[in-house]
Amino acid sequence: MEDKDPSTMRGSVALRLEPGGRAVLALRGHFLLDGGVPSHEEVARDLKDLKGISSVGFDCGELGKWDSSLLAFVLRLEGELGGSGIVVERSGLPKGAKRLLDLAASSPRGQARERERGSLFLRTGQWASSQMIKSWDVVGFLGEVSWSMGRLVTGRARFRGSDLLHVMHRCGVDALPIVSLISFLVGLILAFVGAVQLRVFGAQIFVAALVGIGMVRVLGAIMTGIIMAGRTGAAFAAELGTMELNEEIDALRTLGIPPVEFLVLPRMVGLSLMMPLLCVYSDLLGILGGLSVGVVMLDINIQEYLRMTREAVRPSYFWIGVFHSFVFGVLVAITGCFHGMRAGRSASSVGQAATSAVVSGIVSIIVATAVITYLCQVLGL
Amino acid sequence: METAAIKIENLTMAYGDNVIQRDLTFEVPEGKVTVIMGGSGCGKSTLLRHMLGLVEPKKGRVLYWGEDFWGADEARRLSIMRRIGVLYQSGALWSSMTLAENVALPLKEFTRLTEREIQELVSLKLALVGLAGFEDFYPAELSGGMRKRAALARAIALDPEILFFDEPSAGLDPVSARRLDELILELKESLGATIVVVTHELASIFAVGDHSVFLDSVEKTITAMGPPKDLLAHPPNERVREFLTRGGSLN
Repeated sequence: MEDKDPSTMRGSVALRLEPGGRAVLALRGHFLLDGGVPSHEEVARDLKDLKGISSVGFDCGELGKWDSSLLAFVLRLEGELGGSGIVVERSGLPKGAKRLLDLAASSPRGQARERERGSLFLRTGQWASSQMIKSWDVVGFLGEVSWSMGRLVTGRARFRGSDLLHVMHRCGVDALPIVSLISFLVGLILAFVGAVQLRVFGAQIFVAALVGIGMVRVLGAIMTGIIMAGRTGAAFAAELGTMELNEEIDALRTLGIPPVEFLVLPRMVGLSLMMPLLCVYSDLLGILGGLSVGVVMLDINIQEYLRMTREAVRPSYFWIGVFHSFVFGVLVAITGCFHGMRAGRSASSVGQAATSAVVSGIVSIIVATAVITYLCQVLGL
Repeated sequence: METAAIKIENLTMAYGDNVIQRDLTFEVPEGKVTVIMGGSGCGKSTLLRHMLGLVEPKKGRVLYWGEDFWGADEARRLSIMRRIGVLYQSGALWSSMTLAENVALPLKEFTRLTEREIQELVSLKLALVGLAGFEDFYPAELSGGMRKRAALARAIALDPEILFFDEPSAGLDPVSARRLDELILELKESLGATIVVVTHELASIFAVGDHSVFLDSVEKTITAMGPPKDLLAHPPNERVREFLTRGGSLN
């Protein structure tokens, strides 16, 4: 890197007049992106103030290094002098600069996109109609899934058994650590919170019932559901989104293999088989968490605790919990795969698809819980 | 006397114990187009990654204007990288930004120009590659050829002294490939840039190459160096001859 005297670094412009109404701009010094360039507005003003100028040229004898800032300077100057009748002659510029300016001018202009924002009214209408299209899309997707389920039941579904086993491993075995941790802690917290109140009445033994019923009937399923929505729903969305990006899904279509049957079905079946198992496992660990609080904090005998739990938890609770988790498995798989397959073709869209999958997954889990709880009320369960 | 913009000295590239190329020594002359060529899998793109500062060499040195790139500290390396521009094989435009934002990013990060000045330069660069008016388009909305040109506009945003092209004609139709070759030559003439092209397209090699280096995938080193036309006329070995004559079917 050469060290130059700062005073010679910055480019400067000197104006001189020649006979016949011609002005010449002598460019001196360096015209670089870093160094700062003379103001084209000042130069244009000076030229316009001098009456009788018909054309302006350049003298680059003392011009040092130049880059795009020189080109920008010339273009801006031409822009400023546009309506004034002064013609800018580029002939005195360095050869390379002239070539680049000619190249830039010669390229055809693409139609620039008009991105106007309509009125609030218009935008609301547009949003509403796009939402309607999206919901129709969901209905279509659900239709395809049901169709594939039909083919599964009749044994004609086309997907790879190894894919199903792979999904089951990822959603089952691989999820055990996180489900263990969270279920144990939830059971613990539940027992702790309940204990504080129940102790006042000397009824702390009922902590066992609280934890047992809470986990088995609904919390085991919900915690597992939310964990899997975040973990597996996002993973499905990202996988399928990236496959969409790489045209892998198109490759399946052109071979005549319906992507929903080949990709979505194994994921849905795998997850809905594993979720109930995870739910039962979660129930057990939650009870264990409650047990540790009971034994350590409340001095409850282990046998007592377990007996209470057994008495309080009815078989119907167990089956309701398992049913919840089965439904959650289906919902998480469907939302994950749907958002993945509808992802756009850029990096950010895969991320967005994963986010939407998790959000829809969690929302649908909660809505389903409400619906099932209401149904249980109605059916007297 | 020709000065060397880049000097590669005894460069060895390996992934673990798997040696890709060894003892590479060559120069990239200033102001000329140097082609790095070889069969598929010979390590051309890997060599490019070593030269760009993305991978540290197992052995050997990469010298930019006489300065050891990998021996310098991070700040020096960054200041060298500021003076080079890269056109990646698939363009590598940032997909969540418009073309204008893509080209503006280097200018925003490394210069102190105003927003308006940056926008004017962005329009100029896009016009140079034939994409005037496409400032507000996203990469996904353009064809492959247009994306490559937009990526080139980004590569020349800071007026780099050395430009690297990684397989520039990959995926382009013959006419677009020819236009890109012409653009490369135009940039050499008008910007006075030093250009390094990694390619295996024969038409481009002969159209733009002033100097070339042949990486042999079997010998795992350079087996030929010099202007492509000279290598075609007097190929130093069978594989070079086969490569440059497309399997001996062309004259």
